[in-house]
Amino acid sequence: MNMNDQTFRVESPMAEFLRMERMPHIWCPGCGIGTVVNSFAEAVKKSNIDMDKLAVVSGIGCTGRVAGYVKLDSLHTTHGRAIPVATGLKLANPELKVVVVSGDGDLFGIGGNHFIHAARRNMDIVVICVNNFTYGMTGGQLTPTTPQTANASTTPYGNYEYPFSLPFLADACGATYVARWTSLHARNITKSIREAFNHKGFSFIEVIAPCTTLYQRRNRLGDGLDALNYYKEEAEVGQEIDTRDVGIDFQSEIRMGRFVKRDKPTYYEAVNERYANVLGDDYQLYGMSKPEREEKARREAEERIRMQALLEEEEARLLAEDIGTDEEGV
Amino acid sequence: MRKSAADPKGVLSGSHFLDGDHALAEGALAAGCRFFAGYPITPSTETAERFAERCPAVGGLFIQMEDEIASVAALIGAAWGGQKVMTVTSGPGFSLMMENIGLAVMTETPMVIANVQRAGPSTGLPTLPAQQDMMQVRWGSQGDYRVIALCPDSPQECFDLAVEAFNLSETYRVPTFIMTDETVGHMHEKVVIPPADQIGVVGRNWYQGPKADYRPYQFTGKDVAPMVKAGDGYRFHITGLTHDERGYPNLTVEQNEKVVTHLIEKIDSNADRIIRLDEDEIEGAEVVVISYGITSRIASRAVQLAREAGIKTGSLRLITIWPFAEKRIAELAGKIKGFVVPEINYGQMVREVERSAAGQCKVVGVGHCGGAVHDPEEILAAIQEAAK
Ligand SMILES: Cc1ncc(C[n+]2csc(CCOP(=O)(O)OP(=O)(O)O)c2C)c(N)n1
Ligand code: SF4
Ligand SMILES: [Mg+2]
Repeated sequence: MNMNDQTFRVESPMAEFLRMERMPHIWCPGCGIGTVVNSFAEAVKKSNIDMDKLAVVSGIGCTGRVAGYVKLDSLHTTHGRAIPVATGLKLANPELKVVVVSGDGDLFGIGGNHFIHAARRNMDIVVICVNNFTYGMTGGQLTPTTPQTANASTTPYGNYEYPFSLPFLADACGATYVARWTSLHARNITKSIREAFNHKGFSFIEVIAPCTTLYQRRNRLGDGLDALNYYKEEAEVGQEIDTRDVGIDFQSEIRMGRFVKRDKPTYYEAVNERYANVLGDDYQLYGMSKPEREEKARREAEERIRMQALLEEEEARLLAEDIGTDEEGV
Repeated sequence: MRKSAADPKGVLSGSHFLDGDHALAEGALAAGCRFFAGYPITPSTETAERFAERCPAVGGLFIQMEDEIASVAALIGAAWGGQKVMTVTSGPGFSLMMENIGLAVMTETPMVIANVQRAGPSTGLPTLPAQQDMMQVRWGSQGDYRVIALCPDSPQECFDLAVEAFNLSETYRVPTFIMTDETVGHMHEKVVIPPADQIGVVGRNWYQGPKADYRPYQFTGKDVAPMVKAGDGYRFHITGLTHDERGYPNLTVEQNEKVVTHLIEKIDSNADRIIRLDEDEIEGAEVVVISYGITSRIASRAVQLAREAGIKTGSLRLITIWPFAEKRIAELAGKIKGFVVPEINYGQMVREVERSAAGQCKVVGVGHCGGAVHDPEEILAAIQEAAK
């Protein structure tokens, strides 16, 4: 960043959202993580949500560094443990919107157990996984999402393990919002994040993104642009796709879209309901009385309906203006 | 740190017949703990069960996590969400907690963790007592750091020290441990819980200045920075990486020196304020028995027998295990013939006693493989040897 640092820091459109004093970031040229951060910032801006009430929790990895750059309450934790930290944060302070941003290795290798249980509980958090099919930070090793035959530094003869299909896993575990995009589809990512902000319950968004330095290079797949070309050729959006059918093979077709959106009480609502039923007026979670809890739930439900209407209105406008969404427009 | 009266809502004032595990939960509630994340393990589960039962009416939340790794992770999140937080476990779970205990140490996150010790290694003797994790609590997570650890010898002290542990943890922003054992955990005794206004509680030290000036850290080696909670607009950042006052990564040796010496010094420089000992007939003693937890109750019988046999025997019970009472022990070492250190392990705290005594007097350890308490006769024999 040798152009006028100071000017960049103050005038960047991201200045409101990023800790500009921490720029430049550590990510390689062409890395897909930046796109996700941009889409996230865009989603925050468009959602008009109170940034003081938004917290980001990351694990460890290249993607795990996201927490360090966003100008929000942000916790950079241990490898794989972002979800239980987010769980504690959300439950201690239910007013917060808590978003986990982390890598495929972090969330599904070492942290897999936490993911499945948070989804099972329908914990009211948003989990965004940047899936680059590799352990970027440690030098391109195998992850639970690496497609078969792909080369990783610890499978130098090609991968022989069966990978996870993340939307299928999330769906099976009880996630109530599941979507997948690639880093080419920035606008769709933004929209999904907005929907997830507005969704009550465990929301999972997978973003297929290139690790240019390791995965792309090791597999002779070219640079960041080549990755985007692959997404352009092979990524296809569909309606009502069954999550059983969205597995990804090496350089295969990528099926994307919003796969799951269902209504189910969150962990917190289930706690409230159970305790209130059994204990009646004796129950006072964090000092809140029954009428206070009910009033809060009512307010939140109203807000969700308002936001969803806004989202849909905006989508209709975009279509009318024929700007289209990414997967149609690019 | 200033104390104020406990919130009466959490205080079950009165005289009760409780086991140590339940008394821990009551102590936590009295101290204002309203968030508990845990994973079942014998012989600590009763604390979690008690908290789960009591918390809804007290305005708290209990969550059973998927493992002990997640339990400590959730505590870190909940602490920065504004709550006072606790978990309990025993050996196998304690081992799993180590990684995030390190994160709590590094991010200076207050929390209380009780280890109701059972005999190891590994699954060992799940239902029987030991004191084998006394060094693990001190050194178990990677890197150089300090923690505070307390050791109750009765259900009453489980209650009292739970309150104390929260107070210390808030004062020094450090994970604070209650190192009890299966016997104390499952022993039923009278526990008197005072009225709320007689329980001194250290609240979170909330930051009060202008938002832009907030720094989550100060590396003075004495005091810790005040805290904020997520959602209040401070936009704080915490990380397990070596960081500066703003909490931002600063991966240099110079910064690491500042951080690590601070983590060590904030405890060491306040050791005199933190350490609590229970001394009996130390003046003029030839032999002093140093013990802690359940073993001190066995040792007191041996001390009595030794006194009856004409050996001037003092007793020093370590209520605070870490930081270690090295100054007091060095001082006594110059005046007596020897220390006797019984413990339900094959020599953990006795090494600290040897280090502190620095050759000035004999140090006789009385080890035990775990699974039972000592026979007072073994301790008596050691006292006789030390007195020679
Ligand atoms: C307990 C533990 N084990 C291993 C590591 C080393 N490590 C750091 S980042 C990482 C992989 C991260 O991969 P991923 O989550 O996919 O993130 P990416 O770098 O690809 O964004 C590993 C294994 C660690 N920090 N902690
Ligand atoms: S190593 Fe890969 S994942 Fe990490 S910043 Fe570089 S391109 Fe991105
Ligand atoms: Mg990865």
